[in-house]
Amino acid sequence: MAIGLAIAGGPPGLILVLNILGFPGVRWDDVAFVLFAEIMLVSGLLVVTMRDIIRCGLAMIVCFGALAGIYVVVGAPLVAGAQVLVYIGAISVLILFAIMLTQDKAAPARLVFQTQAVPAAIAAIVLAFVITLTVTATDWGAVGTRIRNATDDVARALFSTYVLPFEVVGVLLLAAVIGGVFLARHDEGGPP
Amino acid sequence: MSNSLDSYLVLSGLLFAIGSFGFLARRNAISMLMSIELMLNAVNLAIVAFGSFIEPLKANASVIAIIVMAVAAGEATVGLAIVIAIYRNRRTPLVDEYNAMRQ
Repeated sequence: MAIGLAIAGGPPGLILVLNILGFPGVRWDDVAFVLFAEIMLVSGLLVVTMRDIIRCGLAMIVCFGALAGIYVVVGAPLVAGAQVLVYIGAISVLILFAIMLTQDKAAPARLVFQTQAVPAAIAAIVLAFVITLTVTATDWGAVGTRIRNATDDVARALFSTYVLPFEVVGVLLLAAVIGGVFLARHDEGGPP
Repeated sequence: MSNSLDSYLVLSGLLFAIGSFGFLARRNAISMLMSIELMLNAVNLAIVAFGSFIEPLKANASVIAIIVMAVAAGEATVGLAIVIAIYRNRRTPLVDEYNAMRQ
């Protein structure tokens, strides 16, 4: 019985269990990738198909968390941290607040889809098929093996090459905050 | 599997297709905004995957992904504020009942 010990780092206990179960030579990052990808796709489908919109928001948090795990597997830990902070921490909470502000108990919650849902589903399936075909048929040129993005390289690029976009994004966020407060402000004397 | 660029790009394409379906098919405006967030995340995954597999793009891809996240945060802020402002006037979050311009 060939117990494949082709381990490239990672938790050796899990690898040993997988090898004993009959999957010799399984790498831990393959396992993590498949796990996170399945969680992400299933929770993404739940986001667009569930009836209760609060549950859609919670499934979206799960989807973003699995995507952060995929960022770790692909070798961009800083992006994974930013994903957790920005999406799970900020945008999801914002969306949940907006759901709770606009949820209407009296409205009929039966129809969550437009009448164009079936053509939309067909279009989405065709889109996924075309993207998959294009990606697998294209030669991407000088594709190396996976490399890990060191955080100090990212920081050096952010504050030297990309310092103008960085400042512009700061101004954009300020404008978005002011615009959001202005739009969502309750008008005195206007229609209720 | 986790060491080939194609698997990440296919995953990103599937997530983008899911988001586009949600944007086209849902009636609730906030569901449509959530679908837009899914699509932005799919594009971000493609950018990060390219940066992680192609040597000259190494640090640039992470920077671009972080800038996209910041812009997405601003988009979510303004979009949700617009939805709340419309809800305050029309008393419904369903986009097919926003027909004031048609009447």
